[in-house]
Amino acid sequence: MSTTLSKIEKRTAYTLLLPAVCLVFAIILFPIFANIWISFKEVGLKDIRIPEPRAKKIVNNIQDSNSELKIIYKLRNSSLIQDIREVRFSDKLPKNIEPFNLDKRCQFKSQKVKCFFGNWEPGYRENFEIFVKEVNNNAINSKDVKSNKPDLNGKSNNILLTTEFTLKNFKNVFINNNFVELLMTTFYFTFFGTLGAILLGIFAAQLVNQKFYGRTFMRSILLFPYVGPVVALAYTWTLLLDPNSGTINSLLVNYGVIEKPINLLGQKYLIINILGFELKLRLALTTVIFFEIWRYFPLAFLFILARLQAIPRDLYEAADVDGAGPFRKFFHITLPQITAILSILFMIRFIWNFNKFEDIFLLTGGASGTLTLPISVYQQGFAVSNIGMGSAVSIVIVLLLITFMIIYFKLIGNKANEI
Amino acid sequence: MKFKSLIITLLASSIFLSVVICIWKIMATLQGLSFTSLNFNLNLSLSFGLTLICVLIGKKFNHLLKILVLSALFTITYTFFSESSPMWFSSGIFLLILFFTNKLKKYDLEYLNQDFISEKIVFEFLSLFAIIFFALVILFPFYIMFVTSFKTQTALLINPVDLSIDFSKNIFDIFKSYFVIFKTYDFGRYILTSSYVSIGTVLITLLFAIPAAYAVARLNFFGKNLLSTSILIIYMFPAIVLVIPLYTVFSQLGLRNSLEGLLIVYTATTLPVAIYMLQGYFKSIPKEIEEAGLIDGQNWFGIIIKIIIPLSLPAIASVSLYVFMIAWNEFLFSLMFLDNPKTFTLSRAINHLTGDAETPRQYLMAGSVVVTLPILLIFIYFEKYLVSGLTAGSVKG
Repeated sequence: MSTTLSKIEKRTAYTLLLPAVCLVFAIILFPIFANIWISFKEVGLKDIRIPEPRAKKIVNNIQDSNSELKIIYKLRNSSLIQDIREVRFSDKLPKNIEPFNLDKRCQFKSQKVKCFFGNWEPGYRENFEIFVKEVNNNAINSKDVKSNKPDLNGKSNNILLTTEFTLKNFKNVFINNNFVELLMTTFYFTFFGTLGAILLGIFAAQLVNQKFYGRTFMRSILLFPYVGPVVALAYTWTLLLDPNSGTINSLLVNYGVIEKPINLLGQKYLIINILGFELKLRLALTTVIFFEIWRYFPLAFLFILARLQAIPRDLYEAADVDGAGPFRKFFHITLPQITAILSILFMIRFIWNFNKFEDIFLLTGGASGTLTLPISVYQQGFAVSNIGMGSAVSIVIVLLLITFMIIYFKLIGNKANEI
Repeated sequence: MKFKSLIITLLASSIFLSVVICIWKIMATLQGLSFTSLNFNLNLSLSFGLTLICVLIGKKFNHLLKILVLSALFTITYTFFSESSPMWFSSGIFLLILFFTNKLKKYDLEYLNQDFISEKIVFEFLSLFAIIFFALVILFPFYIMFVTSFKTQTALLINPVDLSIDFSKNIFDIFKSYFVIFKTYDFGRYILTSSYVSIGTVLITLLFAIPAAYAVARLNFFGKNLLSTSILIIYMFPAIVLVIPLYTVFSQLGLRNSLEGLLIVYTATTLPVAIYMLQGYFKSIPKEIEEAGLIDGQNWFGIIIKIIIPLSLPAIASVSLYVFMIAWNEFLFSLMFLDNPKTFTLSRAINHLTGDAETPRQYLMAGSVVVTLPILLIFIYFEKYLVSGLTAGSVKG
């Protein structure tokens, strides 16, 4: 009895899970593996389209005869780079209509014209004609003739399915494309973005955890940057920081803080002179990092606030009795209580910031020293139109991600469930 | 002790007040007043004097009378020493000082004699600073987005600092950018597309996630542990590594430029977190209720429909709002998959606007307002649900 019940339970579980698992497999897991396949191939954006034989049907009347018609098929190979082999054609004719003077390549059988065209080279075009007549010499309705659509098929190589592989993409990624700088930029962006967001999150959480007038209002607006659509926010910031007539630059010039507007998003380096040392600040990257911090500190804030509210009140009351000031309370009670959540938060945010694409893409598009790995995937795949290269960069990202995840689970995997 | 805390109070409060006045001045500049200097030193010395008087007087007079007189005095001196300004600016200053002196109510010489008082004072002013800092940093871009959409191209070029809205124009001229983006750039269609895609994503996600989450939460089957850990791991994989294979496959299947393709991808990417959030909630529902249902002859389907869903409506609301937010804000896939203006979502449409360098910025900002406003309104209205969704899903973002 119990075994049959558990069998039913199992079967139900699998049926309930099946749709979700299939979808996730198809859209998330399959692409990750497909990346490996594509990354070993030389594929460009233009190779993706499968070449197709196409035909456009035109029906013309023939002078002096309303029982005969001329059908013209404009045939072509849709691809300009690949050929199509063994092209077959078929089109159905209405009842009582027959072709005459049929092309040698074709046959007429059970009201169907079937043709075999052989191979079409790239960009092949032909105007193929058939003459048809009514069997009983009645008038032909040309609409009837036109209503059927011709059927074409042929064989072509799908470059994605061939078994030719190359290591060229990986060689390009690691050797030719300044890989070290790419990696450094990504880490710089990720590390400082994460750190800044968490620091700001601590401040904000500490603030909202106090009692003041308008606290709930404050809590909602603190989440605005994350809730708002990234496109709108990124473009607003680009306008704010615009060197020509952006609000911030205009204000700074207006109040005489700076003489000339600074192109915060378009200038790679800012050279600062401190005590004779020349310090090169990566300006655009720093700006992008600040945007990142601005947009994602709400998440850190939410996490930390939830933890702060769970700290027992009597800890603070005891500290009050001992005569500790607010700063000592923060460093000796609050901070030790939230270190666990901070480390988890840091790891998770690190992984996510590592993969950030939209923010940088919308702000700078990867120009002026803000090229990170995710942007590089897009640039290689779609700007340079080299799908294989893009996939190779994706593979690098996936490998790094897996490394981070292993570190994450080794360090705090078990603790994560407790919180 | 007393002297030190007095000095700290004076410094902290005067710096605070001067910064607040400077911010007010900058905001006034954005409303078209032509100030060219912040007069920080004047602010500082005046605030210093004000705080000193305030602390020295302490509780000797009626509080209301004291703050009114002091604020009036301060405002008059301030206006006398700085460049000419309209009435509303000075009244703003007056209100600020009123608020500030009211804050200083408890600070008198006696109060400053307590233990650890200087640290407490610094902390209090830091909190005040933080409130202003966060409010300003967060709301400023939204404010700029909003007011820029009401300006005209020439006005913005002549004086980029002046963002005041000219109310003397007729209503059509004020809202011109909005009329233009809806008429010329077809934003009405994009709003519909975005709503269709987002609501569709929510519905399909729920349809797939509720049964799966129920199975993970309640039923025993082979591979359950593996599945529940892999949910989170799968969730960690970013969209950018999926883009190229999906792009190639979708191009070959003809799913690019179709909203169905977008729906499939959005659903798949939000499913893991939806399942994760829902199963956590399902586990908290007492098992006995379901067992009662089983005894009444319900099958699994009946249990899910009649017991689980009605009991977990709050969790379903959080998941729906969170998924809606993700789908509404999504940009990467809509950039990759849509290049026919007929199928654009709002985000993609705004990105398309910037493709033409000639597009005036007020149109861009009007578009941004159109895409931001619905999601912010939903957030404010359903904050409770969305926040719990955000907290659970904040591993991602």
